[in-house]
This record gives sequence, structure tokens and C-alpha cells, in this order.
Amino acid sequence: MWNLLQIELFKISKRPRTYIAFIAIAAIVFIFQFAFKADGQSYMDLMLQSVKDDFTFERVKAINGYFMCYIILNTLLIQVPILVALVAADSISGEANMGTLRLMLSKPISRSQIIIVKFIAATIFTLLLLVWMAITALFLSMFIFGVDDMLIFRVKGDESQILQITKDDVMWRYFAAFGYATVALTVIAALALLLSIFAQNSIGPIIATVCIVIVCTIISNINVPIIDNNVKPFLFTSYLVGWKGFFYIATTEDGEPIKGSLENWPAIRNSLFILIGHIVGLVTLSILIFKRKDILS
Amino acid sequence: MSVVIKVDNLSKKFKDFTAVNNLSFTVNKGDVYGFLGQNGAGKSTTIRMLLTLIKPTTGNITIFEKNLQTNRKKILQQTGAVIEKPDLYKYLSAYDNLSIFAKMSGIKSTKLLLMNQLEMVGLAERAKDKVETFSQGMKQRLGIAVALVHNPDLIILDEPTNGLDPQGITDIRNLILSLSKDRGKTVVVSSHLLSEIELVANRMIIIHNGRKMVEGNVAELLDPSKALIQLQTTDDIFAQQQLQQTKWIQFLQPNTTKLQLVMPKNEVPQLITDLVSKHVQLLSISPMHALENYFLSLTNNPTTHVESAAN
Repeated sequence: MWNLLQIELFKISKRPRTYIAFIAIAAIVFIFQFAFKADGQSYMDLMLQSVKDDFTFERVKAINGYFMCYIILNTLLIQVPILVALVAADSISGEANMGTLRLMLSKPISRSQIIIVKFIAATIFTLLLLVWMAITALFLSMFIFGVDDMLIFRVKGDESQILQITKDDVMWRYFAAFGYATVALTVIAALALLLSIFAQNSIGPIIATVCIVIVCTIISNINVPIIDNNVKPFLFTSYLVGWKGFFYIATTEDGEPIKGSLENWPAIRNSLFILIGHIVGLVTLSILIFKRKDILS
Repeated sequence: MSVVIKVDNLSKKFKDFTAVNNLSFTVNKGDVYGFLGQNGAGKSTTIRMLLTLIKPTTGNITIFEKNLQTNRKKILQQTGAVIEKPDLYKYLSAYDNLSIFAKMSGIKSTKLLLMNQLEMVGLAERAKDKVETFSQGMKQRLGIAVALVHNPDLIILDEPTNGLDPQGITDIRNLILSLSKDRGKTVVVSSHLLSEIELVANRMIIIHNGRKMVEGNVAELLDPSKALIQLQTTDDIFAQQQLQQTKWIQFLQPNTTKLQLVMPKNEVPQLITDLVSKHVQLLSISPMHALENYFLSLTNNPTTHVESAAN
């Protein structure tokens, strides 16, 4: 298994398309950093317009590395599934397209092993993508903008909130958020892997994965009770942005943030379980289908 | 002589289409076994079933005296294959491709072993070049190096000369003969060209529309003094029983849908006399052409034989 995984990672590392995702992330992050460095104050004025008079933030250097990373993640984590699909959807279909699938399967390797190794390789790719995102969006932003307490703008129900997290209470939240995002994006990788079994080239499964994510995301954002109760709980897209929960700090009755706390840990935990359930389900389904598939490519 | 491959009543259906129909054959150790048929005859489907790429609808495959379904890993460790086009990772070098498939075959390859393998197929000087820069012939040779890298006892080559120039075809032919004669390997080689099979194989099978038409020793099947005789009787099972009790059994083609015998032409009158004396009611006796003409007739006028195979 280890040998196979090494081979798979070697193949991924040798394909030019692998690096598209890293280049795309770096480009988006640099554009954000440049824009905020040049004119971040205007953005901040806009965001704080309604609360400027009754909110004290002198001691906070509002546009700092932590804040920048949150803004970037908020935007980027919606697009990253496409980048994950770019590699994961190529797993089986790419081999079928090149004609190497039949050669691979005529070797003494079980089909289950192939799916598991392809899945692990896609997960490692996803993890590396998020590590790269952490390096560029978090650590580089910390270097460029410095660190201070972090402001979070949030819309809860009908009201807007601004949460303030002290700078010594932020870093663990980022580690947790990146961990959560890895699990969430691994669901996308597992979905793309499943779809790649059915195709002879990678374009179809990439498009199918992105379409499913878009459709499910739209459904997840429809606020109708019948969908809220009967559909949303089963859609993985309802949990993709659950990483934000690590930045929703609990407050006292007086509205003072409680250091080291989370507003709703059980909800985050449940979301993680549901995402992991999706991963297990999709990978199991992939194995079952792939084991029965006739290789005609 | 030990049997390396034994296929019994193998069939494969894709929805309503039957690609392989009740096919049986055996390949002995050391054979170069020719698998002959037109394009679409069912050769590749059968070969893919031998390599577990396609699951049979019915039937049984035994390789190295082990059931293929239950001993897949052990059998594939001793099997090397080139299936249709020798498709490899185009963005990797010849050396990297060979190294990857050596690992997948479960062997610990050394640089020396891999370079020797590339040397054998004349690609040592291009070891570091990406496969995308290779000609079709070079890819084919690399595909064969991949198939042989783990020193398998059984080698399956599906249309190995497709797309090659005359020199390439000769090289592959010589390699197949050398694998069998010098290294004692068993080779199954498929082709749609009788002339190809004739030059390398010692035994062969012709399949058409997924059915076996004829199987046997190449030298005997291609003997111009012999004819392929097809019998039609009122009771084929009774006729077959009668034939099995006589000297004619040695000429009887096993596992075909028709009563067929490959036999010397001058003995045909004696066969008719014997059958009549054994109360076999003959409806027709068709002395078909010699094998080459017979195969050409399949190629040129398939509809005739589609009907005969379907009966």
C-alpha cells in the first residue's frame, strides 16, 4: 500500500495541472493582500459604518494578518472545491483516458487498494493545498500586516455583530479551522473520485463535481422551512463553511467575549461527523462500484 | 505437458450483445498460442477476462492450475501483458514508467535491472526521455519491457504489432520466439492477421462472433493437404458419439457449435462411409476451404458465418 501511495504521489507531483491550484491560490491571496495594503481602510470604514460610533476599537489594529486571513478564507474556500476537483476527478478517469488503467489493473493490485490509495493521495493533495493557503493567507499576511486582536463581522438572524478575539486566542482557532476545512474539502475529493470512475476523461467528472457543489450550495442557501428541515441536513454543502464556527466566540451575558471559548461546539462537532460520514459513504460506494466495473478503456 | 491456461465455457454479455459465447480452449506450458479473429471477434474481450479487467458472465478460467477469480493476485504476479495500445504515462520518462510498473508488479527493482530491461528492447539510450516524445514502435517496445520487467511465466500480447513498421514487426516477432524458445515462457498473442500468427505460434484458435471456430496445432491446421469438414446431421449429439468411438475422434474439433473435423482431404470418402455404416443420417457435408481460405472467408464474408455460428 505504501509503495502504491508513493507511486501515486509521484505521478501527481509530475503533472503540470497539479500546480495550477497552488498558483491560483497564491495569485488570489496576493491580489487580496495588495488591495488591502493599498486601500484596506476604505473597506474597514464600509464594514464599520453602522457601528463606528458605539464600538471602541482604538487598541485594535483592525487590518492585521489574522483579519486578512479570515477575509481571504471566506472568499477562497468557496472556490477551492474546483481546485480539489481538478486533481481528484482525474484519479481514475485520467488513467482511463491515458490507457494506463487497464495496465494498472492487470498488475497484482486489488481494485479496493487502488481506490483507497487514490483517495489518500487526493486527501494529501487537499491537505497540501490548505497548508499552502495557511502559508500564504495566514503567515504571509501576519508578516505583511502584523498581528493584533481580530475582528469578525457576522450576520446572525436579522442583526449584524462584531466579535473581537484577542490576539493570543486566535492561532488555535486557525489550526482548528484549517483542520475542519481539510475534512470539508476531502468530501469534495471523495465525490470527484466517485464520479471519475464513470468517465473516460477527466473533464466530465470535474464539471459534474463543480455542478453538484454549485447546485447543493444553492439549495443550502434557500431559506424555506421544508428545505431547511428535510433537505439541508443531508447536504454536505450545508456544512462546508462550518469552519467559521471556530471564530464565533462565546460571550458573557454582558456581551464580553470569553477567551478560549466557542459559541456552539456541539454544532461544529456534529457537522464534522456528518462530513466524515459523507467521506466514508462516498469512498465505500467508489470501492463497490469500481470492483464491479468492466474496464473497457 | 502442463496446462497454463484452461478456459471453460466462457461467455460475456454486454446487455443484449454477446461478445464471447461459450468459449473453451487450453494453452500449454511453453506454447506460443495464437489468438486469431477479425476485429470485433471477441479476442480483446477474452484477453481482458484473462487479466480480470472484465468479469465473465459465465464460465471458468484457470491459470497455473488456480482459479482466476479466487487467486487473482498470485496469478497476475506471474503474468505480464500488453493490452491493445501500449499506453503509458506520457509525462514520465521511460525509466520512470518501467520503475512504476515494476513496483506495481511487486518486485524490488534495481537501476541495473531496469536499465537491462530497457537495453533488451533497445531503449536504454532514451531512458530519461519522456514517453510523449516516443514513436509508436518505441512505445510498443517499452510496453513489452513493462510486461516483462517482473520476469513473468505467462505473457499476453494483444495485437502487439499494431501500428509498427516492418522492422518493428520483425523485432516483436523475434522477441516472441526468443521468449518461448530461449526463456521457456508461455506466450498468448492475438492478431487479426493469420500470417502473423503463422510465423510465431505453434498452436492457435480462431474465434468469430465470440465463438470458437477452430483450435489446434498451427502446422496441422495450415497443412494444405487437410480440409476443414463441417457436418450437418439429423442428430449431431448421436453423430458426435459415433465419431468418438472411431479413429475420427483425433480430427474432431472440440468445443465448437458445429461438428467440425480438420482432416486429410483424401480420407473424406472413408469418413462418409463410416458415418453411414453407423446409421448417422447426414443432411450435408461441407468440405470447407483450407484454413487460410476459411479465415479469409470469415473476414470477407462475415454474414455467412454469423448465421452458421448463431445456429
